[in-house]
Amino acid sequence: MSAAVRPIEHPQARHGAGVEIDSVTKSYPVRNGADVAALSPTTLTIAPGEFVAVVGPSGCGKSTLLSMIAGLTDPTTGCVRIDGETVTKPHPKVGVVFQSDLLLYWRTVADNILLPVEIKGWHRDDYRTRMTALLEQVGLEEFAQKYPGELSGGMRQRVAICRALIQQPGLLLMDEPFGALDALTREQMIIDLQSMWGALDNTVLFITHSIDEAVFLADRVLVMSPRPGRIALDLRVEFDRPRKWRVHKEPAFQEHVARVRAIFEAAGVLAERDE
Amino acid sequence: MARRSSGNTSGRIIERFVEPLAAPGLALIVIIAWQLAVPALGLSEFVLPTPSQIIARMAKDYTLLLKHASVTLLEVLGGFAIAVAAGIPTALLIFYSRIFERAVYPLLIAEQAIPKVALAPLVVLYLGYGWAPKIFLAFLIGYFPIVVSTVVGLQSLDPAMVSLVRSMGATRWQTFIKIRLPAALPNLFGGLKLAIALAVIGAVIGEYVAAEKGLGYLQLQANSQFDTTLNFATVVAIAMLGVLLFAMVRLAERAFVFRREVR
Repeated sequence: MSAAVRPIEHPQARHGAGVEIDSVTKSYPVRNGADVAALSPTTLTIAPGEFVAVVGPSGCGKSTLLSMIAGLTDPTTGCVRIDGETVTKPHPKVGVVFQSDLLLYWRTVADNILLPVEIKGWHRDDYRTRMTALLEQVGLEEFAQKYPGELSGGMRQRVAICRALIQQPGLLLMDEPFGALDALTREQMIIDLQSMWGALDNTVLFITHSIDEAVFLADRVLVMSPRPGRIALDLRVEFDRPRKWRVHKEPAFQEHVARVRAIFEAAGVLAERDE
Repeated sequence: MARRSSGNTSGRIIERFVEPLAAPGLALIVIIAWQLAVPALGLSEFVLPTPSQIIARMAKDYTLLLKHASVTLLEVLGGFAIAVAAGIPTALLIFYSRIFERAVYPLLIAEQAIPKVALAPLVVLYLGYGWAPKIFLAFLIGYFPIVVSTVVGLQSLDPAMVSLVRSMGATRWQTFIKIRLPAALPNLFGGLKLAIALAVIGAVIGEYVAAEKGLGYLQLQANSQFDTTLNFATVVAIAMLGVLLFAMVRLAERAFVFRREVR
């Protein structure tokens, strides 16, 4: 993208990006042995504006899948397309949030959020208004000039989300973004993420190992089973938005959770052992 | 400071007023004890001068000391500058090139194992009696800590951080300049502080072996003339030079490195 392209001046560019995952596999070479398959052949289409959660245990290839969509890892076979363009390197329409906030401790909150703008060679001043708006949305407008070290874990992860959203990504990839937070902060972050997403209209791929989190947030839950990773269930979740926390208590919610658990129990990931 | 509760008032008073004075206070006690012990033991100035005699001598001979100190200062700065100019690129090559790392790193460690004092006569043999051998020794002794700490600093970056900026479309150069280098600075400056202190030693060793000026030379002169007071005065001057140079690097560090405690 040239410096002249300023997505912020094109509100129509805010529509979510579509993702096609076409017979993608990933295997890693191992010393003295056959390659280990991390991801079985996977084909999947994510519609623009969809919120998709991928839930699965450790080692099921969900992070590998995300990494390939982000253009950070090449698939062994098959290909990933974002809005019809084959991904060979990180796509400019994609923003990523990782498990740890990865804020630069020597930069202020504002300068951390503007990092992607700097890297893309855009003008920082064009994005200040948007940065302030994002910080207001997450309730951190007074923290723009603070350093990450002065913020709590939850606040830092909010800043990381603002950083991913500053460039108005058509696709937001989130790799267990709340995995490192305590239970209460995590609950608040889930609520806030939903309301933030309501104000945007981008596509989200959200990776988690929490079934509740996935069912609460997503339009569609992809359940992955391990070794080698594959999508074992593609579940639609149709509760009205914005969803209230009490949705957790609805029988339909419980049913969804039970279906996902059943997959994990069948795969031997979850087991209740009798004495 | 988890070791004590700083909540109570006496704890806070100790922290604010007593702690900063601990080191100067102890030094003062040692100096006073020295001052009193010399006459009490009946030692002559020739055997052990008192601190007041050393200070008086420094005041009297300050032009002489300054003249030689300025020579040593230039040698140290020259050697240190070359160590920085060579050490940082070496560290970058070691970090970015696997073959260079394999080829050079073991040799560097072997080089470090040689006591630089043992090399001094050889350096003088090849480089003569002028500035060159002192600058070379200051460089040689400061080079290794700069290389090693810079490499460690470059390696200290969280690999996830690299993924993050790559996902933003960063080039290798942007990755280096925006995150790798800033993350390496605290370690790099740790190396610079070591190097500047060691470079003083390198220059003085060079002066011990063969010189016509510099604080090392002045000390040898004082030694051969059995002028113990001047001998001590020179030691103090060398120490002051070291502290001054160290403080300058500290100042640069304060300007360039974000305080880690706020992390």
